[in-house]
Amino acid sequence: MDFDPDDVEDLLPLPPATFHILLALCAGDRHGYGIIQDVEERTDGAVRLSAGTLYRTIQRLLERGLIVEPRNPVGVPVDPRRRYYRITPFGTEVARAETRRLSRLVRLATGAGLAAPETP
Amino acid sequence: MIRLYRALLRLYPASFRREYGDEMIALFVERDAAVGAWGRVGLLLEAVAEEVPHAVAVHFEVLRQDLRFAARSLTRARAFALTAVLVTAIGVGANTAAFSVADFVLLRPLPYPEPGSLVRLCEGPREGGGWGCMNQLSPANYRDFKAMSSSFEVLGAFYRNAANLVGGGEPQRVAIAAVTPEVLPLLGVSPRFGRVFGPDTELEEPAVVLSHGLWRSRFGGDPDAVGRTVELNGAPFRVIGVMPPDFHFPSRDVQVWTPLAFTAEDYEDRTNTYVEGVGRLMAGVTFEQARADLAAVAARLAEAYPDTNEETGASFFRLRDEMSPRYRVLLLGLCGASLCLLLLTCANLASLLLARAAGRERELAVRASLGAGRERLVRQLLTESFVLTLAGGVAGVVVAAAAVPLLTTLVPGSLPIAGRPGLDLRALGIGAAFTLVTGLGIGVVPALRAGGGWGWDALREGGRAGGGRKQRLRAWLVGLEVAVSVALLISAGLLIRAVWQVQSVDPGFEPESVLTLKTALPRPEYDSPVRRSTFYDEVLSGVRALPGVESAAYTTGLPMVMTGGIWPATTPGHEDRPDWASLRFITPGYFATLGIPMLRGRDVEAADTGDRPFVAVVSRSFAERHWPDDEPLGQTFDIAFQARTVVGVVDDVRVRGLERPSEPQVYLPAPQVPEGGLINYDPKDLVVRSAGDAMGLLPRIREIVAAADPDQPISDVRMLEGVVAGDTAARRAQLNVLAALAVIALLLAGVGIHGLLAFTVSQRSREIAVRLALGAAPAGVARLVLSDGLKLALFGIVPGVLGAYAAGRAMSSLLFGVEPADPVTIAAVVTLALLMTVAGSLLPTLRAVRLSPATAMKAD
Repeated sequence: MDFDPDDVEDLLPLPPATFHILLALCAGDRHGYGIIQDVEERTDGAVRLSAGTLYRTIQRLLERGLIVEPRNPVGVPVDPRRRYYRITPFGTEVARAETRRLSRLVRLATGAGLAAPETP
Repeated sequence: MIRLYRALLRLYPASFRREYGDEMIALFVERDAAVGAWGRVGLLLEAVAEEVPHAVAVHFEVLRQDLRFAARSLTRARAFALTAVLVTAIGVGANTAAFSVADFVLLRPLPYPEPGSLVRLCEGPREGGGWGCMNQLSPANYRDFKAMSSSFEVLGAFYRNAANLVGGGEPQRVAIAAVTPEVLPLLGVSPRFGRVFGPDTELEEPAVVLSHGLWRSRFGGDPDAVGRTVELNGAPFRVIGVMPPDFHFPSRDVQVWTPLAFTAEDYEDRTNTYVEGVGRLMAGVTFEQARADLAAVAARLAEAYPDTNEETGASFFRLRDEMSPRYRVLLLGLCGASLCLLLLTCANLASLLLARAAGRERELAVRASLGAGRERLVRQLLTESFVLTLAGGVAGVVVAAAAVPLLTTLVPGSLPIAGRPGLDLRALGIGAAFTLVTGLGIGVVPALRAGGGWGWDALREGGRAGGGRKQRLRAWLVGLEVAVSVALLISAGLLIRAVWQVQSVDPGFEPESVLTLKTALPRPEYDSPVRRSTFYDEVLSGVRALPGVESAAYTTGLPMVMTGGIWPATTPGHEDRPDWASLRFITPGYFATLGIPMLRGRDVEAADTGDRPFVAVVSRSFAERHWPDDEPLGQTFDIAFQARTVVGVVDDVRVRGLERPSEPQVYLPAPQVPEGGLINYDPKDLVVRSAGDAMGLLPRIREIVAAADPDQPISDVRMLEGVVAGDTAARRAQLNVLAALAVIALLLAGVGIHGLLAFTVSQRSREIAVRLALGAAPAGVARLVLSDGLKLALFGIVPGVLGAYAAGRAMSSLLFGVEPADPVTIAAVVTLALLMTVAGSLLPTLRAVRLSPATAMKAD
């Protein structure tokens, strides 16, 4: 699917919380608490989203069409009382663009001799 | 815990809360379960720190969204938006202007530190009454009031004067206040440069303090002006200080302060009253306590000096209150009128917004059914009306800035404040307050109405109903508009009639084509009567020789300008009952120049010199009062230290202005003055009647005066017509504004009626079409619509007339005898209102009559 590159570029750089939420949703539909847990696990507890941050971001992502509320969430044990969110193709494209932006940045930093070799 | 968190969530906009609140609570519960008792406290604190900024941010996001939406929907409805902004601008502008001026004159603290404790002291009748300084104090009474009262922290004295300022540019006539050393320090304002008079004033060389304005104009703002010398009435004075720009005392025309010290001789005569007191009350002493204290002192003085102080009391008032009570009525009337206009503005806009809301019912219902909460929609509507009002408010402040200068005649010159209020924070605050009131007034009612009113109904009814309740509310609003505009119109009408009545009063002289100017001869230079006569003769013979000049003369003071100058006159046998007369010294030709009719006898003549029998010309009322049954010519009476023989009788003149009764007048020949006395009665005003362009003579007159005395300044150049017009200037300023407000009000009410009828006609187009199709006569349909309009008008006219009657009674002091229930005015206004109703109904009626049944039925 093609998107207007300007629409994508307009959203960059993404705030870290937004990027984390998109990453969490890339793995499948999640409800709010699921997103928080996912982000916390993925970052070894370094990033803990607050409820306010989460839902404000979700509201904005919904408005801009990066995520949607699916009628039939898939991939997880579904709790019918909760609201689930799913990343849209546009959201995926934005997340990709942000990833490209970050890797370019990392390459630049490495070229400048900044990157410390990371031990596995 | 959960309850606390739930309360915290109330900070978010309701729409956000409804959307995510349950989720957030669920999340909080899960976290809550995961931590221990201590962790809970931390969790809650963390939540507070987290949610408050987020809530604020969400509110801003909603606001931004609403603003974007408002901008979009308002650009679509450009005519509506423009009308709303314009109407708001007029309402806010009129109120900001009127209230800024009223606040400036009536409320705002005077520009001195702790102005509340500043008071003024004069002499007045023992029984009180009157306003302001009733009569000046004698130095002796001032001294005794000061020593015997215990209310003042400081009390000082001053008198007002004027002098010819010479040196450095054109000779200039300046207003002066001679002040005791207490006066300037007690006001609490430090000089901009230099110093003010010290306590040992009498030992110093003659010194002056200059106003900022005079320093700028005379010394070009040179800081080294302090120490230089100026010449006042021929005597040198050293400049010791310059006051700051916003300092005025005792009134704003005073530009020079000279020191005042009393000698033992000054204290001798208790009837020689020429100073006024100004003081600061002791901390903790109230105004009322001080007044009682001074009354007691006055009683003791009356006992001690029965000859002079029998009738003498203290006229004691706050520095703030030194103005005619008329200004208060004028200003309050203006404020009342502008508030009416604001009410009208709000009613009109609310009605417009209601119509808009009714027109948008479908749109809103669709949005509501798509999930937009009611709160969200109400908020959207409110934002929209606030955007409109804000734009209107900004434009209103511009309107106010333009309108305030028109109101400067309503700022009394007797107060020590600037001539007009600046557009400062206070004025802007007033503007903002009125904008807010308007925003609330026009936004909330329709929004609440809308909030309660729609849902599925609007969709189901196919948008035909329009909502009877809402139209009833609009009808109320339109009725209110009519009522307010009728009240305003009648008030303006009454005032117009009052002004006509005042202007039709015969001033007793013919002000047309009379040029006047002032050349006040300085003493002691002109102490010699011969020298004064030489000056008058030179100037007058020069002026009379100018082409077009019919006559010219000198007088002590112009009518309506010099309203005082009152002297007791006694006739033989009635020495114990003096009668007050306004006393003027004149040169021959004064009556001819002013067009005052000579009734009997003769004018003063050049032959009436100081060594000839002393004569007088009296006014008709003076003659009637003293010799009701006898021939006045040849009678003698006592005035100004001399017995005088009546040689002529002239008609009366309105010395105190068109609206006030004046004392009878006595005119004396200029040379017949007691040696060394009555300096203040020197003729100083030149009056010139000319056949052609009087103002064009001015350069020649300047040359003539300069030839007679090169150091003699000319001031107060004006046409006598302007003086008479100035007598009613404050009235006319108020009237103009009020009339403008009334006309705007009438137009707004007309627009309101038109809007409502147009709307009902379009809502009822089906019904009307059916009637027409069934054979109803167009005349019947027209009657239907017109009678709707007239019902609306009558609904407003009756309370409007009642309101006007109440307003008229409140300002009866301004009506100059016109009845508040003046039938002519009321009938005229009611006719006007009905005409306006018919005009407003015209288009909707035509549209109704021309409705084609086919199109109307097809519309849905």
